[in-house]
Amino acid sequence: MNIVVLVKQVPDTESLVQIAADGKSIKKDDIKWVMNPYDELAVEEALRIKEAKGGSVTVVSVGPQKAQETLRTALAMGADKGVHVNDPAAEGGDPLATAKILAAAVKGLPYDLIICGQRAVDEDNYQVGAAVAEFLGIPHISIVAKAEVLDGRIRCHRSIEGGTVVVEAPLPALFTTQRGLNEPRYASLPGIMKAKKKPIEVKTIADLGLDPATVGAAGRKVVIQALRLPPERKAVRMIPGDTPAAAAEELVRILHTEAKLI
Amino acid sequence: MANGVLAITEQRDGKFRKVAYEVVSEGRRIADGLSGPLTVVVMGAALGALAEEIKAFGADTILVLDDPALADYRTDAYTNALAACLPAADPAVVLLGATAQGKDLAARLAARLNAGLAMDCTAVRVQSGSVICTRPMFGGKLFADVTIQGTPQIIAVRPNVMPIQRAAREAAVDTPAVETGEVKTAVVEKLMDAGGKVELTEAEVIVSGGRGTGGNFQPLEELAAALGGAVGASRSAVDEGWRKHGDQVGQTGRVVSPALYIACGISGAIQHLAGMSTSKVIVALNKDPEAPIFAKADYGIVGDIFQLLPAITAAVQKIKS
Repeated sequence: MNIVVLVKQVPDTESLVQIAADGKSIKKDDIKWVMNPYDELAVEEALRIKEAKGGSVTVVSVGPQKAQETLRTALAMGADKGVHVNDPAAEGGDPLATAKILAAAVKGLPYDLIICGQRAVDEDNYQVGAAVAEFLGIPHISIVAKAEVLDGRIRCHRSIEGGTVVVEAPLPALFTTQRGLNEPRYASLPGIMKAKKKPIEVKTIADLGLDPATVGAAGRKVVIQALRLPPERKAVRMIPGDTPAAAAEELVRILHTEAKLI
Repeated sequence: MANGVLAITEQRDGKFRKVAYEVVSEGRRIADGLSGPLTVVVMGAALGALAEEIKAFGADTILVLDDPALADYRTDAYTNALAACLPAADPAVVLLGATAQGKDLAARLAARLNAGLAMDCTAVRVQSGSVICTRPMFGGKLFADVTIQGTPQIIAVRPNVMPIQRAAREAAVDTPAVETGEVKTAVVEKLMDAGGKVELTEAEVIVSGGRGTGGNFQPLEELAAALGGAVGASRSAVDEGWRKHGDQVGQTGRVVSPALYIACGISGAIQHLAGMSTSKVIVALNKDPEAPIFAKADYGIVGDIFQLLPAITAAVQKIKS
């Protein structure tokens, strides 16, 4: 079973995100960068499948030099090798542009199964997995909280509003992760030491045979015109009350007569 | 040049989901902005007269894709069927709801058409003929105004945000031949929650609990029941095993926009705020007056949630009776 996992380096979810001077991007300094939490689930699931069925786990990422940290983290968790598409022409793409690069990188690898996060918690696009599968001409199943590899196919528990649907697809296939799929392991110290010696193949857009005009910032179809902070709420109105019952009554009165929500 | 809007509705078991009305209403507004027609797509199997129910919301044409292969949502069958009928409609904008189904379909369709997709938008406006979408990023810590180059522009709108508006007009109903093409995926089982529960992303009211509940969600369930709402949870409550993952509101959970969000014993980590900041009114109940949640709330009470919640429930019941 050859498994490919797509990973992305993103700002930690507890970090404060600030708008850069251009008004269209974020300040990249002073941010703690981590592996996208949904991608951690993907790496873990790939390792568990490999442990059960044998095979290899290859992690693929598009990003600047720094993104190699995320590949090393995945290697330290137990992945076998990494592919890093590191090229200025690959930077600043929208999900479709990035998926083109990832699909081209995966095409050069043996794969039966591709796993990635349902979304990256930076731009929250929920698109890359489906697009990579489309470009590779394979089925995908998104938002998967449980996966079983059967003979030549995958059975996935896909979370939808109000329940779960169990979907099967023949391999090769791609699925995207949902929380609850597993608890990702931490890299052990020996794992971290071993990861330093594991191979990371570095590729450029030219190596992948792609036209630079179709990827990265040049290939963007969704163009960010402006970033802004969410609208400020008015200052909180604290509701006093000598007793919990009095405060509760006052809150419900306000919600009923002023906010007209009850 | 294409100036129409194609709005894709979502139904389950022969009933439109709330987001279907939101998408058609928003589709009408965008179509008016572009001075173009609105085509509404209804997809499924054995749909009967379902299309009639959407007529009151402003469609010029309703495309009914009714085929046994579309009985359950499957990415490949739905993408193939839509891609086959899109060229005839030639829309400038394709609109969907950013539900589990809509997000999945929008993403695959965008790649199939090599078209730009603005996901999970909270506002769409037409300005001098161009469509500008507002979408939260970084879990709502930032909002981006984006434009989409090329045709069609695919826009998925966040459920529970776009106002539903009636706009009756005479709509032509068209039932083209459905081409589902090669379908590789199969739905083998459906495991649905017990009925009667309000779905988190469709709820008008959410009563949500964090570490401060100590795992006791009973008073929250009772208030939610009194308000006809749903119960949510913070990541720490889910990590403790008090609630299932599907209840988690936050940057790594569900993103919700109810009219009223009541945060009970939730400190207000950035991660959590990201999932609920587009709620219309936020109420915070916490015993710690310094809890960061109060800075993001409209109304706050400092106190013990186990005393406050039963009192609030009683006061709500008094008004409702």
